[in-house]
Amino acid sequence: MFAPVYLDHNATTPVAPAMLVAMLPWFGNQYGNASSRHEYGRAARRALDEARQRVAFAVGAHPTEVIFTSGGSEANNLFLKGAAERQPSALVVISAIEHPCVREPAKSLKRRGWRLREVAVDTECRLASADFSAALSETPSLVSVMLANNETGAVQDIATLAAATAQATRGRAWFHSDAVQALGKIPLNFRSLNAAGVHALTLSAHKLGGPKGAGALIVDKRVDLAPLIDGGGHERGLRSGTENVPAIVGFGLACELALADLATTAPRLRQLRDELECGLSALGATIFAQAAERLPNTTYFALPGVDGETLVGKLDRAGYAVASGAACSAANPEPSHVLLAMGVAPELARSAVRVSLGHQNTDAEVAGFLQACAATVSQLQSLTAMVH
Amino acid sequence: MAYSEKVLDHYENPRNVGSFGKEEEGIATGMVGAPACGDVMKLQIKVGKDGVIEDAKFKTYGCGSAIASSSLVTEWVKGKSLDEALAIKNTQIAEELALPPVKIHCSILAEDAIKAAVADYKKKQETV
Amino acid sequence: MLKLPIYLDYSATTPVDPRVAAKMIPYLTEHFGNPASRSHPFGWTAEKAVEEAREQVAALVNADPKDIIWTSGATESNNLAIKGAAHFYGETKGKHIVTVTTEHKAVLDTVKELERQGFEATYLEPQSNGLIDLDQFKVALRKDTVIASVMAVNNEIGVIQPIAELGELCRSNGTIFHVDAAQATGKMPLDLTQLKVDLMSFSAHKTYGPKGIGALYVRRKPRIRLEAQMHGGGHERGLRSGTLATHQIVGMGEAFRIAREEMATENERIRMLRDRLMKGLMDIEETYVNGDIERRVPHNLNISFNFVEGESLIMAIKDLAVSSGSACTSASLEPSYVLRALGRSDELAHSSIRFTLGRFTTEEEVDFTIKLLHDKIGKLRELSPLWEMHQDGIDLSTVQWAAH
Repeated sequence: MFAPVYLDHNATTPVAPAMLVAMLPWFGNQYGNASSRHEYGRAARRALDEARQRVAFAVGAHPTEVIFTSGGSEANNLFLKGAAERQPSALVVISAIEHPCVREPAKSLKRRGWRLREVAVDTECRLASADFSAALSETPSLVSVMLANNETGAVQDIATLAAATAQATRGRAWFHSDAVQALGKIPLNFRSLNAAGVHALTLSAHKLGGPKGAGALIVDKRVDLAPLIDGGGHERGLRSGTENVPAIVGFGLACELALADLATTAPRLRQLRDELECGLSALGATIFAQAAERLPNTTYFALPGVDGETLVGKLDRAGYAVASGAACSAANPEPSHVLLAMGVAPELARSAVRVSLGHQNTDAEVAGFLQACAATVSQLQSLTAMVH
Repeated sequence: MAYSEKVLDHYENPRNVGSFGKEEEGIATGMVGAPACGDVMKLQIKVGKDGVIEDAKFKTYGCGSAIASSSLVTEWVKGKSLDEALAIKNTQIAEELALPPVKIHCSILAEDAIKAAVADYKKKQETV
Repeated sequence: MLKLPIYLDYSATTPVDPRVAAKMIPYLTEHFGNPASRSHPFGWTAEKAVEEAREQVAALVNADPKDIIWTSGATESNNLAIKGAAHFYGETKGKHIVTVTTEHKAVLDTVKELERQGFEATYLEPQSNGLIDLDQFKVALRKDTVIASVMAVNNEIGVIQPIAELGELCRSNGTIFHVDAAQATGKMPLDLTQLKVDLMSFSAHKTYGPKGIGALYVRRKPRIRLEAQMHGGGHERGLRSGTLATHQIVGMGEAFRIAREEMATENERIRMLRDRLMKGLMDIEETYVNGDIERRVPHNLNISFNFVEGESLIMAIKDLAVSSGSACTSASLEPSYVLRALGRSDELAHSSIRFTLGRFTTEEEVDFTIKLLHDKIGKLRELSPLWEMHQDGIDLSTVQWAAH
């Protein structure tokens, strides 16, 4: 099969061979249900415990603070709806750039009588501190701000935001952060974040080289949560259902490997990303959120006058797999809500293309990608010239 | 469920299983527990003329820890006077068998079985 | 040479069929794309595989693939079906729910949660054979009964509920009918063009597919609407958001394809083995089969051994991987609530063993099991004062037990 160069790691990542090796026995002879008391079940339970420790260690949490879910979307839903269920309806505050799996559950709280307030971001995708303070002055009970944005890669200083939240609400609000895109790309320590006032983090396995189908909510045990899925009382009663042992084993290992490689991978990706952005700038590209603190692997850019979908199609034929927006809303022809929140003109937003690098991407691939962009641009420009 | 080596040993090779013949002399029986609770222990002692327990037998309906606890006390009471037997405490049984907290009731039942058997013996002596 | 312990717990979970595993693996490695990625072939390949699997799942139950929604498993499907329908129709149809005391916890706990939210529930008691009585069910349905939930096959005793008849009763009452079919797929034919079932839950890992994936059938003709329980990117017709786990979905599709093609012959083989096991064990005195033996899937045998205690029995048969009660609740010391609902005493409920046979069970394993139980039941009864009293002709129900 002709395999294009994969430059869409914020959408999902391939499972590394080592991970597959670790998961395979759980698709083979080790098939027990972790709730069974016999040896098949106990072996599965031990594997779960071990994976829980690995995930906890990777983010500086205690294993009992890890609640496994089917993925990031479920973990976000669990936190927002679960925490809302256990308190009187009040105000929920989220940022304007949240992933739909935070935004939509937050919106769903409106039906239960909650008010929803979105906090603006500046032109560089950083949370607007004046607006955040204004939101806090309305004393929310729930606050959710993503750690790293999936489209721009912009990283928010959630420790500071959480501390401000704790101060403004006298510790009465729960602060959650969707850390799905941050895990494995930047250091993450729940203990120190927790000390600053962060009560919960959402993680997902498939964004850092693990399998799809596993995620986690890391949660401070003081947070009273109602489960989203009832029945059987698995995961401390917070998430029922037979545990997905192979995926969770893969998740644990993915965390361990990502943590071990972080110090070498991050600088290398950042350097690759900088080369990429130099090249794109030379082609006249606008690079979004470039002044913000960002994930080392993400570039979100637009070539003015070049439609994003068209560019992505051309790049695909040239052998490069990139995204024209977040994968989950790619069916949606509307321009990115993240870019609109940043004040980007809809026309420019329609030109947006996201490149997200992975550790296996090379200098040559980035150079090739730039060439393909240049070729496309000159082709499209000559077409435009002919029309005129 | 992690059973200690000693529980497993008594469970696999229970000591002094059985019942004494009804016509034998100096026999007393203590039966404690209830089927609905998941444990019934029957402890029998054979007391010599000198008031020393010469022999003991048991039958137990219950979990591995209950079987081990009763098997252990049949060994412990042998050669003891009635008062010495009554001095056996459930904590000693639990400690010897390394019972987990959820199984402490098994050791309590075994202690109760000794008391019941001794009481039965004393009652029979009074009526003689 | 037998591999010990012998796995006879196929209702707790099944091994992934090697053919299924082989089909899944490429979707972890080379075809790893996110099915929601519309801009490159990694996404397209994944999406194609997801849709092919949807057809395979639908084919097993003779449904339209468009009616199949992916979930993380039957527990989530049950939650989505019952909460989703209750929340959507509760205000219009009414707030009454009908279910059965022997349902899986995923249904019972969900209904309990709805009761907390202001719904009212009727829990039907099954007959002593585990089956529910149609007249009793009919009486339980009210004008305001928004949803009824009855499992197709019970996880502990394997009995098959009369879902065709129950469906008719629900349909004529305007009540949405949900069926938990986690234990039924591959074990009995299911035809959703015939059954008046509106919502049906499926699990992959009970039918030789992977854990972490299930599906919910949501009828569109007549159209059943649900309130989503997991919001986000709008996957699965907006009913269930979250990145689709392609490899797991592919696995479920392949597992259900195999089930459809091999069910008829496989079930006859398993029935023969189960009957052999039953005959071998019924030779032991004072043993009782739990649940109707005729209206039952061929995989299940649930037997109580009188006068032996459940936990010591499990300890004695550690060479067998079996359940005493359902896998989800067996960590507790509570006797099986299903057996108690059948009217079994606590003692018989405690000393019950669920043997569930499957695709890889052999005759040699069954024979080993029979011999082992003869030995161990004999040994435990030798130890049992209750057995001794029974042998002496004492009626245990007349004994005054020391309260403790």
